Amino acid sequence: MKKINPNIIYDNKVIEIKGLKKAFDDFEVLKGVDLDLYQGENLVVLGRSGTGKSVLIKIISGLLTPDEGMVKVLGQEVDKLSTKELEQLRLKVGFSFQNSALYDSMTVYENLEFPLVRNSKSLTKAERDRRIHFVLDGVGLLQAINQMPSELSGGQRKRIGIARTLILKPEIMLYDEPTAGLDPITCIEINALINDVQERFNTSSIIITHDLTCARAVGDRVVMLLDGQFQRQGTFEEVFNSDDERVKMFYDYNFVN
Amino acid sequence: MELKDNNAGTGRKRNYFVSRRIDRIFLELYKIYAFHVRFFKEVFVPPYEFKEVVRQCYEVGVRSLPLISLTGFIIGIVFTNQSRPSLSEFGATSWLPSLVSIAIVRALAPLVTAIIAAGRVGSAIGAELGSMRVTEQIDAMEVSATNPFNYLVVTRVLATTFMVPALMIYTVFVSLMGAYLNVNQNELTSFTTYITQVFEAISFLDIFSSIIKTFIFGFTIGMVGCYKGYYSSKGTEGVGKAANSSVVTAMFLVFIEELLSLQIINLFRAM
Repeated sequence: MKKINPNIIYDNKVIEIKGLKKAFDDFEVLKGVDLDLYQGENLVVLGRSGTGKSVLIKIISGLLTPDEGMVKVLGQEVDKLSTKELEQLRLKVGFSFQNSALYDSMTVYENLEFPLVRNSKSLTKAERDRRIHFVLDGVGLLQAINQMPSELSGGQRKRIGIARTLILKPEIMLYDEPTAGLDPITCIEINALINDVQERFNTSSIIITHDLTCARAVGDRVVMLLDGQFQRQGTFEEVFNSDDERVKMFYDYNFVN
Repeated sequence: MELKDNNAGTGRKRNYFVSRRIDRIFLELYKIYAFHVRFFKEVFVPPYEFKEVVRQCYEVGVRSLPLISLTGFIIGIVFTNQSRPSLSEFGATSWLPSLVSIAIVRALAPLVTAIIAAGRVGSAIGAELGSMRVTEQIDAMEVSATNPFNYLVVTRVLATTFMVPALMIYTVFVSLMGAYLNVNQNELTSFTTYITQVFEAISFLDIFSSIIKTFIFGFTIGMVGCYKGYYSSKGTEGVGKAANSSVVTAMFLVFIEELLSLQIINLFRAM
C-alpha cells in the first residue's frame, strides 16, 4: 500500500476538468466528467475496459477533442490552444502508451533522441547523450541503449516508453495501462518505477488502469469511472469500502477470484 | 394502419442511413482537401527534415532500381519485337528506333515507372504509416511535441515527387537499351545510327512533358500512400486495407492524370 505523497500541493490544480462529455457516433463514452489533479499527486483512474479511461487522457493530451466541457492543463484550456501553443504544452505533459508505441525502425537511443533533437535544439550532442544516459539509468535500462525495440521484452519496452517521455522533463505524466500484459513481477517493477518517477522527477500523474494491485501501489488518490462518470473517489480503501455491486465485483475479480 | 407506420419507420431509417453516407463522403472529401492544404503549408515551414528526405529518396529511388531495370529493359525488347511485323508490312523497319523512342519517351516510360512506383512504394508507404497509426507511434510523436505530418508525410511525398521523374529518365535509358539490343540483332543497326534516329524522333516537348507528368505522378503516389496510411483505421485489417487502397487509388489516379495530360500536351503540339 502506498503512503500518500506528503509533497502534494492541494492549492495547485495542474489539471482541471469540468463537465467533460465525449461520444463516438451514437455511443456516449464520457457523460459529464469532473476531475482535478493536484501538483505532486499520483491519481489512479480505475474502470472496466471500454469505459473511456484512455479517451480521458487522450483528451487531456489534445489527441482527441471534447464534445462538451472544459479541460484545463497547467492553466490552459487544451481545446482552445493553437497548434504552436499545444506543442508547447505537450512538452510539459508526458504520455506513456499502453503498448509503449516505440518507433520500431529506431534503436532505443534514437527513440530517446528523436523528441530531444526536435524540441531542445540548443543542446549539444554531448548534452543530449548525457540526458539520454541519465534517463535510461533512471529506468534501469542503460545496457539496452543500442538495441532495437523488437529485441526488448514487454516490461523493457514499457520502461523505455516511460524514459522517452521523461527525456523532455514533463511536469505531468499520463500512464495508459502501465501494467497491462505484464507478468506480476514486472508489474511490481513498473509500479515502483512510477513511484520513483514521481519522487525523482517531481511529476504529477494520472494512471489509467484496471489493475487494482497497481492502483493500490501507486495511487495517492483513486477515482472510479462507471457508466461514463466518476462514481467514487478517495484513497484505495475509501473507494472499495462500498456496497455498490459494480465496485464490489471489480474488487472481487481482482483479489478474491 | 400498423403496416403503414412500419413503412414510414423503414423509410425514415433509410433516409437516415443515406444522409449519414452522404455526410461521410463530404467529410472524406474535406479530409483529402485539408490533407493537401496541410502539405503545402508544412512543406515550406521549418523544421526541414533533410536527413529523412534523403533516406526516403534512397528508399524510393535506389531500392526501386532493380525492378525498374528489369521491367524497362524487357519492355524495350518486347515493344520493339511486337512493332516490327506491322512496320515490315510497309517495308519501314528502319523506322523502328524512331517509333520505339517516341512510344517510350511519351507514354511507356512514365506510365511503367508510375505503376511500379505505385505498387512498390505506394503500398510500402501505406502499410508503414498504417502500422505506425495502429501501434500509436504517430500519436506518440504528436504528444512529444514533434510534428508527425512533417516528419512522415512531407518527407515521403517530396521523395516520391522527385524520385519518380528520376526513375522515369532511368527507365527511358534502360528501355532504349533493350530496344537497341533487339534492333541491333535483327536489323544490324549500329549504335550511332540508332541513337541518332532516337533523338531525331523526339522533341524537347516530349521530354519536358514526360518529366512534368512524372512529377505529378510521383506527388500523387506519395500523397495517396501517406493519406491512406495516416488515416488508416485501427487494427491489422486497417493496415492491409491502407496498403491495398494506396496501390489501387494511386494507379487509378495515375491513369486519369495520363489521360488529362495527353489532352493538354496535344493542345501544345497543335500550337
